[in-house]
Amino acid sequence: MSKDIRIKKGLDINLVGAAEQTTSKAVLSNVYALNLDDFHGITPKMLVKQGAEVKAGEPLFYNKSREDMQFVSPVSGELVEIVRGARRKILTLKILADKTQEYVAHKPLDVSAADGDSIREFFLKSGAWPFIKQRPYDIIANPDETPKAVFVSGYTTAPLAADADYVLQGKEAELQAAIDALSKLTPGKIHVSVGKGGNSVLSKLNGVQLHSVSGPHPAGLIGTQINKIDPINKGEVVWTLAPQDLIIIGELLLTGKFNAERTVALAGSIVKAPKYYTTKIGAEISTFLYASGVNEDKYRLINGDVLTGSRTHPEGYLGFYNNTVTAIPEGDDYEFFGWNKPIFNKISTTRALTFSWMQPKKKYDLTTNTNGEHRAFVVTGQYEQVFPMDIYPLQLLKACMVKDLDEMEQLGLYEVAPEDFALTEFICISKQPHQQIIREGLDLLHQEIG
Amino acid sequence: MGLKEKLHETKLKFQGKKMAPAFNAIHTFLYAPNETTHSGAHVRGADDLKRTMNTVIMALVPCLIFGMFNTGYQHFGAINGFPETFSLFDHFLTWDNFWMGLITILPLVIVSYGVGLAVEFVFAVIKGHEVEEGYLVTGMLVPLIVPVDLPLWMLAVAVVFGVVIGKEVFGGTGMNILNPALTIRAFLFFAYPTWMSGDKVWVHGAVDGVTQSGTADAISGETVLGYLAQGNTSGIADKYDLADMFYGFIPGSVGETSTLLILLGGLFLIFSKIASWRIMVSAVIGSLAMGLIFNGIVAAEWIPEYSKFYSLMSFEYWQHLLVGGLAFGIVFMATDPVTGAQTNRGKWVYGFLIGFMSVMIRVFNPGYPEGVFLAILLMNVFAPTIDHYVVRGNVKRRLKRLKNATIYPKVSEGAEALKTETV
Repeated sequence: MSKDIRIKKGLDINLVGAAEQTTSKAVLSNVYALNLDDFHGITPKMLVKQGAEVKAGEPLFYNKSREDMQFVSPVSGELVEIVRGARRKILTLKILADKTQEYVAHKPLDVSAADGDSIREFFLKSGAWPFIKQRPYDIIANPDETPKAVFVSGYTTAPLAADADYVLQGKEAELQAAIDALSKLTPGKIHVSVGKGGNSVLSKLNGVQLHSVSGPHPAGLIGTQINKIDPINKGEVVWTLAPQDLIIIGELLLTGKFNAERTVALAGSIVKAPKYYTTKIGAEISTFLYASGVNEDKYRLINGDVLTGSRTHPEGYLGFYNNTVTAIPEGDDYEFFGWNKPIFNKISTTRALTFSWMQPKKKYDLTTNTNGEHRAFVVTGQYEQVFPMDIYPLQLLKACMVKDLDEMEQLGLYEVAPEDFALTEFICISKQPHQQIIREGLDLLHQEIG
Repeated sequence: MGLKEKLHETKLKFQGKKMAPAFNAIHTFLYAPNETTHSGAHVRGADDLKRTMNTVIMALVPCLIFGMFNTGYQHFGAINGFPETFSLFDHFLTWDNFWMGLITILPLVIVSYGVGLAVEFVFAVIKGHEVEEGYLVTGMLVPLIVPVDLPLWMLAVAVVFGVVIGKEVFGGTGMNILNPALTIRAFLFFAYPTWMSGDKVWVHGAVDGVTQSGTADAISGETVLGYLAQGNTSGIADKYDLADMFYGFIPGSVGETSTLLILLGGLFLIFSKIASWRIMVSAVIGSLAMGLIFNGIVAAEWIPEYSKFYSLMSFEYWQHLLVGGLAFGIVFMATDPVTGAQTNRGKWVYGFLIGFMSVMIRVFNPGYPEGVFLAILLMNVFAPTIDHYVVRGNVKRRLKRLKNATIYPKVSEGAEALKTETV
C-alpha cells in the first residue's frame, strides 16, 4: 500500500549537463581517501598508524565518544598519509590501493534470526553504521537511541543529482537485506519514498511503508518527506539513509564484505560526456572526470549536487556520502549593469526583469557567481514560496543567528537539516548563507541540549 | 585595458581600506560583482537587492513623471483658470506643464538622493559595511510624498533625520522599525506643519502668492480632503469629478494624485512578485470597511449634519481610495518588507489595519485631513507583534504534536521491552 505525497511549493532548478543513463567502469584509482569532514561532529581516534597495511573493511579509526563505532577503509592497501590541519586535526586519510583487493571477511548475518543488539553490533564493527544518519542535528546516528522511524528517499529532485531509480537497478536483494536489518532496530516504520510514476526497485521491497512523492525540489529531500509523513518532535529521533548506502549495507549483511562500490553520476555543463560511473568511495575524482572530459580549464568541481555539495578539485576524492559529482563554470567575472538589465539566462523566482518564469522547462547553464552581494534580510515572503515544511524559515534562520535556543527549538530546528535550506539559500535576495546558519544552529543546540 | 579591468584593479587597491565601501558602492552600481559562492549552494538565483529596489523605482517613475505634469497643470490652472473642456494633450501633457514640474520637482529629487546617499556613504565608511540599497527606494519616495513647494533645506534636514534616526541607528537597511520615507515625512509634518498642510502648499507658487507678491490670493489650491474637512459637503462634485480624482488631475503631494498610475505600479509590483499582494489587497479591504462603517453611521443618522466630521464621513466609501495618499501609501509604503509584517498571515492583518486606520484617522483628525502615513507608521510599530502571534500559532501546533511524541528509552538503559512513552 502506498501513500501519496504531493509537494506544491518548491522550485526545480533545471541545469544543462544531466548525466546520460549509461554506466561505465571508472579507471581504478591509485589512491583512495576518506575526508573526515564528511563525518560531521565525529572526533576520530586512529586505530592504525601511518604506513600500516589495511584490508578493505578494516577499521581505520573510531569515534572518540563512542568507541565501538568504527570507520573502515574502502579499499585494501597501505595507509600512506594522514593529512593534518590546524591543531593537528585529522583532515584526510589516504590509502594507496593494492592491485588485488583483500576484504575483511565478516560472517554474513542471518537477519531473520538476529536480534536488534546483534545487528547494531554488526553495523558498528563492520563500518556500516556511519551510513545511518539521524535527525535531530543531522549527524551520524547515536547507536544508543532507538528511532521512532527510519526514512529512505528514493525520489531525486536535486539538480543534476544521480537518479535513484537508475543507480538502484538490480539491487533488490541488498536493499531488502538492509531494510530487514534496519527494521529490527526500530519498533516504528521504515518509510521509503519513490517518485510517482517512476520505476524504482524500492517499490518492490517488503516490510516498508511506501510513499509515492511528486512535485518540485525539495520534494525529494528526506526532510521534506519526514515533515509530511511523520514530523519530528522534541525528544524524538528518526534515522535517515540514502538508498545507495543501503546497497553497501545489504551486501555487507549478505556476503560479509564491505564493498565500497557505488554508481556515481558525473554531471554539469563543464563535463563533455556526462554519464554514470561505477567506482568506489574515496576514489580520486580525476579517474572518471577526465574519462568524460571537460570543456574548460577553469571550473568548479563539486562533491555532491550544486545545492548541497562540497567544493573539491580533480585531485580530490569522492565523498563518503556522495553519488554525484558536478562540474559547473566559475562565475568570477563582472557583469556590466548586471543588477538592472533584463536577465534571460539565470533562474529567478521573481519577475523583476528576470524571465525564467516564461520558460519553466528551459535548462540553464548557471555559474558560481552570487549575482549580488551579501545583505541583511530585507525581502519577506520569498522563502515560503519554495519551502514546503510547516516551519517559518526566515524566523528560524533569525533565531539561529541570534542563538536563541528556545526559539530554535520552538520554531522546529529539530526537524531540519542544512540541505533543507539549500533552496531558500539559492533564491535568497540578500545572499545569506542559510545552510551555514542552520548548521551552526544545529551544532549549538546539540551542544547545549542534546 | 578596458574600464572593467581598471575598476577591478582600483577595487584591489581599495581592499581593506576605509574608503572601500564607498568605492564598492559605485563599482557594483556599474558592474555586478565577480563574487563567487564559497559556502552552501554553489549556484544562486538571479535576483539581488539592487534589482529588487530597482523594480520598485521603475514602478514609481510613472508617478514621478505624472507629478511633474500635474505640478505645471495645477500651477497654470490656478493662475489662468482651468479649461472648460479638458483635453489630455492640449491641456495636460504640455511642454510648459512638464518644464514647470521639472524645475520644481527635480531639485527635490536631487536633494533627497544627494543628502540621503551622502549619509548612507558616511555611515558605511564609518561602520565598515557595504552601502546598502535601501535608500534607492526611499530617496525616490520622499519627493513624491511631500508638497511641491517644500523648501529644500527643510527636506535636507528631514532626510538626515530620517536616515540617521529612522534607519542607521538600528543598523541600516533591513534592521529599521519604521519606514524611513515616512519617518522623513513625519518629521517634516511635525517640525514644519505650515509647509506640510493647509490649503496653500499643494500648488506650486501658492505660498509665494501669499507671502510675497502683491497679488495675494492669486493662487490657492486645496486638496479634496482639505475641502471636505472644512465641512463642505455638496460642492465636491462641482470642483472635481471622479475621473479627475482617478486620473490624478487634482492638487496633492507630488506623486500621490494619480490613482491610475499607482494602480498600474501596484500591478507591476504584484506581477514581478516584489511587493506583497496580500498587504495591498487587505489594505484596500480595510479602508473600504472603515469607509462603509462611516457611511453607515451617516445613513443611520447617528450624527447631525452640522458635525465637523459629517462631510468626511459621508464621503462615498470607495472614493477614499481615489483621494489623498491612501492608494500611494498602500502600494508603495505599506508593502515595505522590512517594516511590515513578515509572515503571510500577518500581512493580511497588517494590511487590513493600515487601510482601516488610514480612513479612521483621515476622518477624525481635526487638524490635518490625512492619516495614511500615521496609520502606516503606527502599524510598523505593531507589525512585530502581529508576527509574534502568527508565529506562536505555528509553535502551538508543534507543541500540540509533542503530546503524541514517540520517545524510546536509551538502548543502554532500556533492557526491558521497548514501549511507547507519552510525554
